[in-house]
Amino acid sequence: MQPIIKVTGLSYYYDSLPTLDNISFTVGKGDFLGIIGPNGAGKTTLFQCMLGIVGDYKGEINLFGSDIKQNKKILQKIGYVPQKKSVEQTFPATVEEIVSLGVIGMKNSRDDINMAIDFVELGSYRDKRIGELSEGQQQRAIIAKALVKQSELLILDEPTTGIDSASQERFYDLLTKLNKDKGITIVWSSHDMNAVERLANKVACIDRKLFFHGQSEDFFGNEERMKSYVEFAMQAHMNLHFGNKTNGKDKSETK
Amino acid sequence: MLFDILQYGFMQRALLSAVAISIICSIVGLFLVLKRHSLFGDALAHVAFGGIALGLFTGIYPILTAYVVAILAAVGVNKLRESTKIPPDSSIAVLLTSGLAIGVILISISGGFTLDLFGFLFGNILLVSNEDLIMILITVAIVVPIIYVLCKRLILIVFDENQAKVSGLNVTWINTLFIVLASITIMASIRLVGVLLISSLIVIPNITALLLGKGFKKTILISCAISVFSVVFGIVASYYVNLVPSGTIVLTMVSMFIVTIIVKNMRFRLKKIVVTK
Repeated sequence: MQPIIKVTGLSYYYDSLPTLDNISFTVGKGDFLGIIGPNGAGKTTLFQCMLGIVGDYKGEINLFGSDIKQNKKILQKIGYVPQKKSVEQTFPATVEEIVSLGVIGMKNSRDDINMAIDFVELGSYRDKRIGELSEGQQQRAIIAKALVKQSELLILDEPTTGIDSASQERFYDLLTKLNKDKGITIVWSSHDMNAVERLANKVACIDRKLFFHGQSEDFFGNEERMKSYVEFAMQAHMNLHFGNKTNGKDKSETK
Repeated sequence: MLFDILQYGFMQRALLSAVAISIICSIVGLFLVLKRHSLFGDALAHVAFGGIALGLFTGIYPILTAYVVAILAAVGVNKLRESTKIPPDSSIAVLLTSGLAIGVILISISGGFTLDLFGFLFGNILLVSNEDLIMILITVAIVVPIIYVLCKRLILIVFDENQAKVSGLNVTWINTLFIVLASITIMASIRLVGVLLISSLIVIPNITALLLGKGFKKTILISCAISVFSVVFGIVASYYVNLVPSGTIVLTMVSMFIVTIIVKNMRFRLKKIVVTK
């Protein structure tokens, strides 16, 4: 079966420093891929490349069989939940208005919007301003926005960072429901290793380079692999932050 | 009382143009406020000053040069903000000061113009001509339908630009079109309150409505209602009390804003007392 996502040789440089270095992986239909990596590992950049927000990368990204650079229409099949950002309390749009933004320029009924709101259990907040909701609820409203346009792929960038643990658990239950009941393919980045182990069937570990991509149990069930990942991540950060200085020192010593 | 003053042609034109301007300023202003471009009106009005000076200097119809310069400057600054990621308020400061600088230099080179500076700075709605009124109504006929069609897209862009991009929207194109619409709205409105008070029409009704409204549509309607009431009340009151209309309009809006804050605070405290008991 054709993969939903096929990333081949993806590299991205920011100020001549590699943010992503030769990353390749695939995601099949119905997969739940958890992407883990420390801060600054390039997870958000990876998503921005995949979603066409960033375009000046090397390599190829195919979504639903089309190159994202050539065919922006495939974005209609994708729901995106960014890292939580604080919405001001006075932002005037209600939950219903925000969810209805998922269907701009497409035919959709009010019933579909209401169903999406009910699915994420925000029925009683329909007429509330989005800024009056808790951060966890705001993220669920954005998921409802993705649902209402019948997204086949959901990309979530650390959606629960900074959210209280009870809300996180509700959010994880919702993701499981979306994957299992609706068959939506999910790509999700998180620092919560326990949640990734519990929820995802596939795992990708990145820190600018791809360290591992495969079945969840092959990573979390292998202590040696996990240990070497931690070492890999630490080494990658040492190289990034101190590499240039070390090189400079080496050069001066050689002189 | 209102019917008496409606007998005068200048007053009919003043009220009609003021109502039209107040509605488009409220609609465009809500998006500007949410984009944190509250002082965009101020900056553009200063650029218009440069544009008018350019028109007078070159002998081209000054209103035309003011429109062209304002639109080009607004689009340019929007591009500057997008390409350099400098904060919106800083890009507006660049726009404001450069417009004023161009105007001052052109005036000094030419040895000064016989420009109605007071009217330009503070507006004079009572001097609106038939041509001005037609221009204002054409601006309304352009701005309102386009904003209506773009409304959902603009809401998504002010909510989260990245999400708007992922939804397949051409964010750059929509932002540019919106900036052009905002520019012609502000240019049409200078006649009412002048360069120095233009931001009041953009900002005050909207921040008042944001305190009251739930939902985008309701907020826009409340903002329009506040704005229309303020301009009509301001013009009528200034006529009878013999005050400057622009100042009276702005003070009416400010009073409504302050009353709204007081009432909201009182309601909040009352609720707190009831809950505690």
